[in-house]
Amino acid sequence: MQKSLSIDPVKCTGCLQCEMACSYTHTQSINPSKSRIKVFSFEHEGRKVPYTCTQCSDAWCMHACPVDAIKLDAATGAKVVLEATCVGCKVCTIACPFGTINYMSDLGKVQKCDLCDGDPACAKACPTAAITYVDADWTGLERMRVWAQRANAAAL
Amino acid sequence: MAWTRQILRVNLTNGTCTPEPLNMQWAFDYLGSRGLASKYLVEEIDPRVDPLSPANKLIMSTGPLTGTMASTGGRYTVVTKGPLTGAIACSNSGGFFGAEMKFAGWDMLIFEGRSPKPVYLYLENDRAELRDAAHLWGKSTWHTEETIKSQHQDPQIRISSIGPAGENQVLYACIVNDLHRAAGRSGVGAVMGSKNLKAVAIRGTKGFGGIRDFPEFLKVTTEKKQILADNAVTGQGLPKYGTQVLMNVINEIGALPTRNHRDVQFEEAGKISGEAMHEPRASDGKPQLVTNAACFGCTIACGRISKIDETHFSVVNKPEYWGASGGLEYEAAWALGAANGVGDLEALQYANLVCNETGMDPISFGATVGAAMELYELGILTDAQIGIAAPFGSAQTLVTLAEMTAKGEGFGRELGQGSKRLCTKFGRPDLSMTVKGQEFPAYDSRGIQGMGLAYATSNRGACHLRGYTVASEVLGIPFKTDPLVTEGKAGLVKAFQDATSVFDASGLCIFTSFAWGLADIQPQIQAACEGDWSLDRLNLVGERIWNMEKQFNLAAGLTKKDDDLPPRLKTEPAKTGPAKGLVNGLDVMLPEYYELRGWDAQGVPRPETLSRLGL
Repeated sequence: MQKSLSIDPVKCTGCLQCEMACSYTHTQSINPSKSRIKVFSFEHEGRKVPYTCTQCSDAWCMHACPVDAIKLDAATGAKVVLEATCVGCKVCTIACPFGTINYMSDLGKVQKCDLCDGDPACAKACPTAAITYVDADWTGLERMRVWAQRANAAAL
Repeated sequence: MAWTRQILRVNLTNGTCTPEPLNMQWAFDYLGSRGLASKYLVEEIDPRVDPLSPANKLIMSTGPLTGTMASTGGRYTVVTKGPLTGAIACSNSGGFFGAEMKFAGWDMLIFEGRSPKPVYLYLENDRAELRDAAHLWGKSTWHTEETIKSQHQDPQIRISSIGPAGENQVLYACIVNDLHRAAGRSGVGAVMGSKNLKAVAIRGTKGFGGIRDFPEFLKVTTEKKQILADNAVTGQGLPKYGTQVLMNVINEIGALPTRNHRDVQFEEAGKISGEAMHEPRASDGKPQLVTNAACFGCTIACGRISKIDETHFSVVNKPEYWGASGGLEYEAAWALGAANGVGDLEALQYANLVCNETGMDPISFGATVGAAMELYELGILTDAQIGIAAPFGSAQTLVTLAEMTAKGEGFGRELGQGSKRLCTKFGRPDLSMTVKGQEFPAYDSRGIQGMGLAYATSNRGACHLRGYTVASEVLGIPFKTDPLVTEGKAGLVKAFQDATSVFDASGLCIFTSFAWGLADIQPQIQAACEGDWSLDRLNLVGERIWNMEKQFNLAAGLTKKDDDLPPRLKTEPAKTGPAKGLVNGLDVMLPEYYELRGWDAQGVPRPETLSRLGL
């Protein structure tokens, strides 16, 4: 079964454990500035929203790359940057409508979420299940369950 | 490992920023944060300096677990000599600023001297610059954060700053970071203001890789997070109600100081409680509470984010206050509310917002208003002197005085000096509910006996965060003791004080101690830090920190008479509740405490105690 990251911002407390876990997994250092998932804080509304790559099927970044440095991992569905091939031209960062692939000036390469080879560190680290790794064909399952429960309660 | 091993010395007089290596022997002896910063302060300043003079220093320090995935590993501590107390001041804060300091590559920042003009420190990894802050002076902490971020075109900068209260040297001014968090107590913000240092802005992109055994660290921090999640207080009570979970509990046991400690129960406690923050309002059908929020790395998430009632008198036509913002936390709700007899939740939130944006400690501010209201009711202060009628219970007065104090206007100048100076000036020093000049927090020591001793002996003046025996006496953590008796409290207070010193020095939040003991943080420190960190060694570190702070205070001129409670708590019995008829038994507990600490009858550490602790 292919899986995908599912984010429920209502559950996010803004603790940044996901950013620490992501950066540690990819850089062996705790460094939120290198995290591929970012938590945004909307102070005026009091909301925290984690955001990362959705792994588009027909991925703009992949199409835009002139050196074929972004490959599909067939097992996970992740679009993965091949660092050795990436020339740091940044065309993918322009092509991505969501901003989730970014250039790292210290490496001269781009980086994006690679789903940690099918075991995403962010989801494991999240203490409130705001980030979960679920059946890619059923990302709406939990929301359906909540509504089903409400509908059932109304019927009683 | 677990330290970056680098500190930054900022000489504000000369305008220089100089990196230097961390003294690793001190790191091994004092761990970090509170302990390490205090060691540097003690070594570097004359304890008798005027706290608001250039000779005082202000130190901001992380701990070894700050900036790590250990739950709550985001705290930093500000240490200086305090202007409110004349004792060592040490206030820590959560938010995100501390971790950012670590990610920029620094364990600690030492500020010395006084800048000839207002400046802020901009720190981007190794790059450290003092920049002109003329355009920020006079501005709120909220405005300061926004302006610095927009000026640097970098929304990811983390900032600690002072507001007008710190600039005006309100003696309980705090240092606010990340909008809603604060190094709140003892007037550390006034010291920062005295140095013409408006803000510290940090962007750290180096990250922190200095963990001794990363796989072990991940394993043990994950296990310990599960303990927090499974615990009723850290897993349920605090996320849902925040520290405000305590309001009704403490009121019921008759330990909610009310109207300047005249009473121990507040008839309107329910209206200002955590539960009330969840209830939909009549005006807009929405509860005050919007959500809970976490500091960096925290898996408890006790923080309150609320929206004030837009129709409330305090904010009509003031849309700048209508957005979501921090509060109410228990201590602020108590100090602004019960301490003044004010039961208007929205007024408390407004006063709390004023404290956050102008950089004032709401505990000391609220408690000082309580003292003023008592002086007013006794006819010692008049409408003309205060500029407004000030009876207990007046929300309008609370709101007006908050604005006046922050701006340093009129009677606000008197309030900004704290209740000890206020009550002394008007001839009733006995009505100041303080220890060492610092106002009590939200627990009446007639109903929770151990807290009387904890307050009297706290090295930074009256404080609940130096030895929170409420955990044991009320909540039964780690074991239940009877709050109404003095027996056994000397040992309990000492144990809490020493353990708390270690929690504070580690970079973790003391709220974890509702679920964790030292035995839970020991393996986290051991996995992160080089060296052998046994439980015995940590206990020794805690006791060493406590005694070092005490030594500083003695050298600063404090004596046994400063380890005391106001006469009201020792002579006026509680009028209602389970503690009815009781006063605090400090005089019974104190000699036993000194003895247990290895101090003489005057509270001076004996030579053998100092030598045992390596002091």
